[in-house]
Amino acid sequence: MFANLSDRLTSTFKGLRGKGRLTEADIDGTIREIRRALLDADVAVPVVRTFTGNIRERALGAEVSGALNPGEQVVKIVNEELISILGGESRPLRHAKTGPTVIMLAGLQGAGKTTLAGKLAHHLKGQGQTPLLVAADLQRPNAVNQLQVVGERAGVPVFAPEPGVTREGERQRGNPVKVAKKAMKEAEQRQHSVVIVDTAGRLGVDAELMKQAADIRKAVEPDEVLFVIDSMIGQDAVATATAFQEGVDFTGVVLTKLDGDTRGGAALSVREVTGRPILFASTGEKLDDFEVFHPDRMAGRILDMGDILTLIEQA
Amino acid sequence: GASLLAIFSKDSLSQDDWDELEETLLLADVGAAATDDILAGLRTRLRDEPDSDPRAILRAVLIETIDPALDRSLALGEPGGGAHEPIIVVGVNGVGKTTTVGKIARVLVAEGRTVVLGAADTFRAAAADQLETWGARVGVETVRSDRDGADPASVAFEAADRARAEGTDVLLIDTAGRLQNKAGLMDELGKIIRVVSKVAEPVEVLLVLDATTGQNGLAQARVFAEVANVTGIVLTKLDGTAKGGIVIAVQRELGVPVKLIGLGEGADDLAPFDTEQFVDGLLGAQA
Ligand SMILES: Nc1nc2c(ncn2[C@@H]2O[C@H](COP(=O)(O)OP(=O)(O)OP(=O)(O)O)[C@@H](O)[C@H]2O)c(=O)[nH]1
Ligand SMILES: Nc1nc2c(ncn2[C@@H]2O[C@H](COP(=O)(O)OP(=O)(O)OP(=O)(O)O)[C@@H](O)[C@H]2O)c(=O)[nH]1
Ligand SMILES: [Mg+2]
Ligand SMILES: [Mg+2]
Repeated sequence: MFANLSDRLTSTFKGLRGKGRLTEADIDGTIREIRRALLDADVAVPVVRTFTGNIRERALGAEVSGALNPGEQVVKIVNEELISILGGESRPLRHAKTGPTVIMLAGLQGAGKTTLAGKLAHHLKGQGQTPLLVAADLQRPNAVNQLQVVGERAGVPVFAPEPGVTREGERQRGNPVKVAKKAMKEAEQRQHSVVIVDTAGRLGVDAELMKQAADIRKAVEPDEVLFVIDSMIGQDAVATATAFQEGVDFTGVVLTKLDGDTRGGAALSVREVTGRPILFASTGEKLDDFEVFHPDRMAGRILDMGDILTLIEQA
Repeated sequence: GASLLAIFSKDSLSQDDWDELEETLLLADVGAAATDDILAGLRTRLRDEPDSDPRAILRAVLIETIDPALDRSLALGEPGGGAHEPIIVVGVNGVGKTTTVGKIARVLVAEGRTVVLGAADTFRAAAADQLETWGARVGVETVRSDRDGADPASVAFEAADRARAEGTDVLLIDTAGRLQNKAGLMDELGKIIRVVSKVAEPVEVLLVLDATTGQNGLAQARVFAEVANVTGIVLTKLDGTAKGGIVIAVQRELGVPVKLIGLGEGADDLAPFDTEQFVDGLLGAQA
């Protein structure tokens, strides 16, 4: 239904011929289309506003390169800016200097935490680590079993002293904070080099559960707290990311379900609003559907401007 | 909320007012295209009725768009009819399908219906266990395979067959999460529905949409409607800060009504969709 940005921009560009410096008139039409594309990609409204404001400033008076028309010149600036925001401060997983490296996962319900736990374990095991998965979601029905199955598939042991909610025990039992504490002892005794703590999904507005997450964080003193977020999320990305930043002070972000066809504007929103780096992308339901986050690919995806980018790169 | 009231108490709307209005709708995930249309509708109405309260008119335009007259009930026969009527629950990964199946079962049981659950998610780790736990919670049987990766259509057929043999009123089928751009998985869903239809035509195919979902929700609805003849939407996770505005575009384009909303992780956190409440939530107005 939406014409993609390339198509829309091509019509905006008609009549624009580049020489000298970009003028306000050159920029306005292009910025309007960029704004629309960002909104269609679910970039949060306040982020769109600051972003387009910055682009306007940077573009105004910028030198027009011979090979590009002014509209393309603006797109080039937008693309560079997107990549720099998405990729700024990108870094690999932090490891502990002594003792096990502890990674805690947190996020909304259904974001993909448990699946990611398995992927991380699998990935780190492949690097010669000896991970331990920890079942600290005692709330969602059969979350513990799910992690056990995931661990089995990854060939990684799962620490699950509490069964959580199951067919046999439909009421919630056990305390996730205690499980997390015990897991640290277990990991030391058995000399695991990495501990990955799966936690229950929770809403940003759920003060009680957010406190529980903060308590788990305190109990395990993680080297990384990864905020797991569904790439299909819309405007709520800002409220949710802010709530988790305040609640568990996450150190990095993982974007999930990027194998879908969403444009994934949340990546930009979360990055802008929290300043935390996006470390990984989850791209499927299987163990190895997992990769390091690529800012340039994400920029192209958000703006859906494949053709124009190719053109610009050739220029 | 307060800011919207302030806008509308003025006689005519300035460009800033319109911008703020646009922003309210965009922030609720209504989407740029639908927002343009809704604001155009508001403009026309304000021109025709210059003396009326713009706030009331925007609310009215939204309510009209969502259409309170649509039938939002589940198309089920009488309790005790024993017609083993299938309801199939579909959607992308993690939106709340299994939880919704459990919640609907709870409602149906409370209405005096007999229910069987069918675990046609044979793919995700412990998916059938999760459904079975929900079944135990609300006191109904679950038909499942003990094997990971069993053919989901076979499990669905077995469940339908059981429901027929036992004269159960309703068969609720949970399916695996699948992204709409995966053709193989969408074919698999088509097969599940065809196989169940051999036993009894599904009375409802409910598409579960997560309220936090942005514009991709429309793509989801389009493809699922094509493959699965969706009859209703369930909008989950409305207990958070997300407004779920994408369902406006979904309903407009597909004409499929939102029937139920999810308001939490508990068995009773399911409610009928109420147009006015939804619109008030969207506008951030005090209910
Ligand atoms: N297509 C796709 N599906 C994914 C991806 N990551 C997770 N999933 C699926 O998303 C659904 C939810 O994943 P979970 O790992 O259970 O999510 P969670 O965050 O642990 O959920 P809760 O514990 O209920 O909060 C499952 O169906 C997963 O298979 C991904 O990158 N791509
Ligand atoms: N807050 C809130 N959480 C919900 C709601 N509905 C479901 N959930 C939670 O969302 C997560 C995913 O729910 P599931 O029912 O497993 O979702 P699903 O669509 O079956 O997931 P897959 O089968 O993996 O695709 C779980 O943690 C549920 O408890 C809701 O209305 N509100
Ligand atoms: Mg989980
Ligand atoms: Mg499920």
